[in-house]
Amino acid sequence: MSKPSVIIIGAGFTGVATAHDLAQRGVQVDVVERGPIANGTSGRTHGLLHSGGRYAVKDQESAIECIDENMILRKIVPEVIEPNGGMFVAVDESDLAYGEDFIEGTQACHIPIEEIKPEEALKMEPNLNPNLLAAFIVPDGTFDPLRLALSFAATAKSNGARFHTYTEVKNLLFDGKGNVTGVHVWDRTNGQERDLYADITINATGAWAGEIAAMAEVEVPVKPTPGVMVAYDRRLVERSINRLNKPGDGDIVLPQRRMVVVGTTSYSVDNLDYVPVIEEQIDQMLEQGAQMIPSIRQAKPRGVYTATRPLVGSGTSGRSIARTFKFFDHEESGVGGFVTITGGKATTLRLMAEQTADHVCEKLGVSTPCMTKETPLLSYRLFYSLPN
Amino acid sequence: MAENKWTVNFEIYRQKGQGAPKFETFAMEVRPDEYVIDAVERIWAFHDRTLTYRHACHHSTCGACGMRVNGVEKLTCITAIQSITRNGGTVRVEPLRNFPVVSDLVVDMGKMYTRLEQVGFRTTVPLNEAPPPDSQGIQRDRGASTELERLVDCIECGMCISACPVPLTTPDYLGPAVLAGAQHRGLNQSSAQVLALVDSSDGVWRCHSAYECTAVCPSSVEPAWRIMDLRKQVVKERFKRIYG
Repeated sequence: MSKPSVIIIGAGFTGVATAHDLAQRGVQVDVVERGPIANGTSGRTHGLLHSGGRYAVKDQESAIECIDENMILRKIVPEVIEPNGGMFVAVDESDLAYGEDFIEGTQACHIPIEEIKPEEALKMEPNLNPNLLAAFIVPDGTFDPLRLALSFAATAKSNGARFHTYTEVKNLLFDGKGNVTGVHVWDRTNGQERDLYADITINATGAWAGEIAAMAEVEVPVKPTPGVMVAYDRRLVERSINRLNKPGDGDIVLPQRRMVVVGTTSYSVDNLDYVPVIEEQIDQMLEQGAQMIPSIRQAKPRGVYTATRPLVGSGTSGRSIARTFKFFDHEESGVGGFVTITGGKATTLRLMAEQTADHVCEKLGVSTPCMTKETPLLSYRLFYSLPN
Repeated sequence: MAENKWTVNFEIYRQKGQGAPKFETFAMEVRPDEYVIDAVERIWAFHDRTLTYRHACHHSTCGACGMRVNGVEKLTCITAIQSITRNGGTVRVEPLRNFPVVSDLVVDMGKMYTRLEQVGFRTTVPLNEAPPPDSQGIQRDRGASTELERLVDCIECGMCISACPVPLTTPDYLGPAVLAGAQHRGLNQSSAQVLALVDSSDGVWRCHSAYECTAVCPSSVEPAWRIMDLRKQVVKERFKRIYG
């Protein structure tokens, strides 16, 4: 008897986490990815393991998902996380006024916060703006994006999932009745093309989800929204530093190895395959970041890059769209065997995978429950050494 | 600075399957302050979809995009084009040496990762064990730093192994990244197998002190210094194991 099977298109956070979840439940998984692991949005994430504080006022659903998943990831994949917490800091009156909403919001979302005196905050983070007015400690963290993805992928591999990197989907395969039966792929390492078949094909291509869905003539309301990030060459803080205000541009400063990363912005683009940096935004990151960490001005930019968020919804303004992910079963549009999962954020990758796998398993008749909350992930290095 | 555009010829190493390697040239319009990986990504996006290359974070934390640029190992996501050429100049991009080529600029680093795992190289380190701030004006948490952890400096990019002259003659040499990983872990924390692995003819004694690894390391890990220190650790462990 053959195992139920799925093809996952995309080896970003959503794809690798879904591969892990389904492989652990005994499903035969093939992941096809046109580049290396996490080469798109996921790899270029700034790496903030959200406490949820950022969303606690305006988007509490996201905030609750973040704090819960934050605690789970700390347990299952500690080797890629700096678990040092974070701060929300007020540097002007508007920030200070936001404080009340912040306290209320974080309480409603069970996010543990602690208000500390500015002197104490400065003792913990001596490079903070000495004129700061208020500070709250939150359980943020930072993670290494590629290694987070590889940890899920390695664990999926150990449960039999196969990863086909540098393998691009050219078109979907159909059964003649409009249902998807697999994918026609092009192996970019040797030029060969072939067909892969599975019971269900999962479109996990994030910001690109609309392009894959169009191959089946269905629509998903994903709004690709890039942002610019600047990495500076000095590690000026040991914890993530967030502006105590509603989410805006350049309001997060994160430590990463010997660097800090300042992000981000929000704009829209037509071509997702190459998103150019908007030069003015580099200066904007410096100005915004320096309001919280003035000594950023003494550091040099080391890397400037963009990442394209897959925001879901039909709103018009980038930031106000809820960040919560969405699952689409295209059977409802007459296309069986084909589903899309998109949206969400890095911190919620495991939850996105759980909910996607729940739906997919129900369709496949697999009754094994999700076990990923309790399963420590294997070392990311094993992705390269385990057989495919 | 607005609209300062250069034309730069990118000579890209191409190889598919068992086919013979060749170089293909792409004349690219670039901003001088863009990075080499930006040009490579645009070649793929707009000129040649068959091009394969490794990349992920685009800001030097993941180590995926190490390549040889004009003959020198560079992390292409932080190598500004203006730092290596001029308007009308040529940039030759090749895959790392001393690893099997999978396709074009993609190499297989599986062996290095297996060995890093074997020597138990840690991925995070308590902050008080991390290198001190190396620039003026940088201050460190004076409170609870012993409880804090950070990701280690080494990003496992493999550039040190590519730059090292030894693997060209001795493919089984563990290489700088792995030996530096063992040093960082500390042999007093390691098993007898790890000691035997590094204290061997393909281990710590094979290094010829060329120091190329330290020269190309994008993260200031100083593998060469660490190999020298590992030799001391080996001697110390040997004595300890003889005299108890």
